[in-house]
Amino acid sequence: MNNSGSTKNRRQFLVDSAQTLCGVSLFGLGLSIYSDKSSALPPQALRPPGALTEKQFLSACVRCGLCVRDCPYDILKLGQLNDPVAMGTPYFEARKIPCEMCEDIPCVKACPTGALDHELTDINLAKMGLAVLIDHESCLNYLGLRCDVCYRVCPAIDEAITLQAQRNKRTGKHTRFIPVVHSKFCTGCGKCEQACVLEEAAIKVLPSKLAQGKSSEHYRLGWEEKAKAGRSLIPKALELPSYKPVFKVPGVKQ
Amino acid sequence: MSHVITMIKARRWLILRRISQLSIMFLFLLGPLFDYWILKGNLSSSLFLDKIPMSDPYLLLQSWLAGHDLFKTALIGGLIIFSLYFLIGGRVYCSWVCPLNIVTDLAAWIREKLNIKGKKRQFSPNRFIRYWVLALTLLLSMVSGVLVWETINPVSLLHRGILFGMGIGWLVILFIFLFDIFISPRGWCGHLCPVGAFYSLIGFFSLVKVNAVNRQQCDDCMDCYAVCPEPQVLKPALKGEKNGITPLIASGNCTNCFRCIDVCSVNVFKMGLRFNK
Repeated sequence: MNNSGSTKNRRQFLVDSAQTLCGVSLFGLGLSIYSDKSSALPPQALRPPGALTEKQFLSACVRCGLCVRDCPYDILKLGQLNDPVAMGTPYFEARKIPCEMCEDIPCVKACPTGALDHELTDINLAKMGLAVLIDHESCLNYLGLRCDVCYRVCPAIDEAITLQAQRNKRTGKHTRFIPVVHSKFCTGCGKCEQACVLEEAAIKVLPSKLAQGKSSEHYRLGWEEKAKAGRSLIPKALELPSYKPVFKVPGVKQ
Repeated sequence: MSHVITMIKARRWLILRRISQLSIMFLFLLGPLFDYWILKGNLSSSLFLDKIPMSDPYLLLQSWLAGHDLFKTALIGGLIIFSLYFLIGGRVYCSWVCPLNIVTDLAAWIREKLNIKGKKRQFSPNRFIRYWVLALTLLLSMVSGVLVWETINPVSLLHRGILFGMGIGWLVILFIFLFDIFISPRGWCGHLCPVGAFYSLIGFFSLVKVNAVNRQQCDDCMDCYAVCPEPQVLKPALKGEKNGITPLIASGNCTNCFRCIDVCSVNVFKMGLRFNK
């Protein structure tokens, strides 16, 4: 053949292309698996106030650290390669150092990409996570003592955490004051978790997604619907004429 | 004494370049070390004098592809950086700003000193491969909705690491350093890095170019080829006179490091604008 040179070139080209394609694809596969694994957020790592949902956050945060720099209490850290959060993304750990809930929210203002949502202007509406009194066995208040520390340090005392009186069945004559967290008011700042006097905190702030249940969209609470409508939504039970059976015993006069 | 002056003169651009790289790093470090905030943040996104935002357009492109609507601060910052490199040459980022360049330049220097030469001792993937890696990082961001490249990107890892804490990130840098010395000469910056690939595209039409004005004087000493991190960009400009090719180094992969100007003993090269051909 007189075009053997070009055939050889074409052959070489195809082999080279295949090599490049294989190499790059293999690299891509490794990269995406690694990225997938390293993007899982452990429950003890909390995002700064106003953070978008984790999935959106990982597409929006450019890992510049401006939120870290503008935090006046040096609470935020950027994930390092060996940290269990996506590299370079900001987080804090409530047990070590909780969010101080600055009124002007400087970390959100510093964010150039909107990964921390600039719509958040009232820190009391932040949802960094949700406190959960996770261990009822070691919590001192559950044991019948008056620790109350989580309740007292809560910036939204009597709203986010309330004390609920219960009978202490162990003694039979005392009251237990059970700390109860209300998701409507809890910002997930982590003050309670940090302050818990136990060696391992009995109350922990978890990502809302982990901590909260969610009922189906179509569920309605009867008593709420009744209050909204101002009347019961169920039609009154039918009034049927009552019928009293009469037993007649033959031969006996009634 | 005159000996020292000649030494410095022969490395004028190299010294200026190191000053540029180190002072940018220093300006970023002034904040965390001395509470003096001229540059805040890192190369991914920063704030100059607490007013002017600057953002890496490569990152913003990934973020946009991953499905995030860009916020105005980042958009303005991205536009500023884009325009800057569009004018002065995209890969000026690589040679005058990027902290990893100091590491890979050192690796190249050590490789030369150790005299590791010969085709058999090197792995030299096609220089075009970086564009495949670039395309891959963009594609993966789009598919996964996550900034995939940022989970490993050694450039931002190093810069962020110096400012915010490195952890075991040093190992990645060490690996690239050793890779460049023993496995692939100029392997990272010249063949693989998608950040450089992205900036080479921005700088394709850049204003500032190296010009081989006196190419008739070239005595084929090959010194420029030896120092150039992207030697393939030299030949068309240097040897293209017969074919009517412009003496401008046209490739977007020229990093405008100006080392060729430094080393040329017959002053072939000059820094120039793309219009004075």
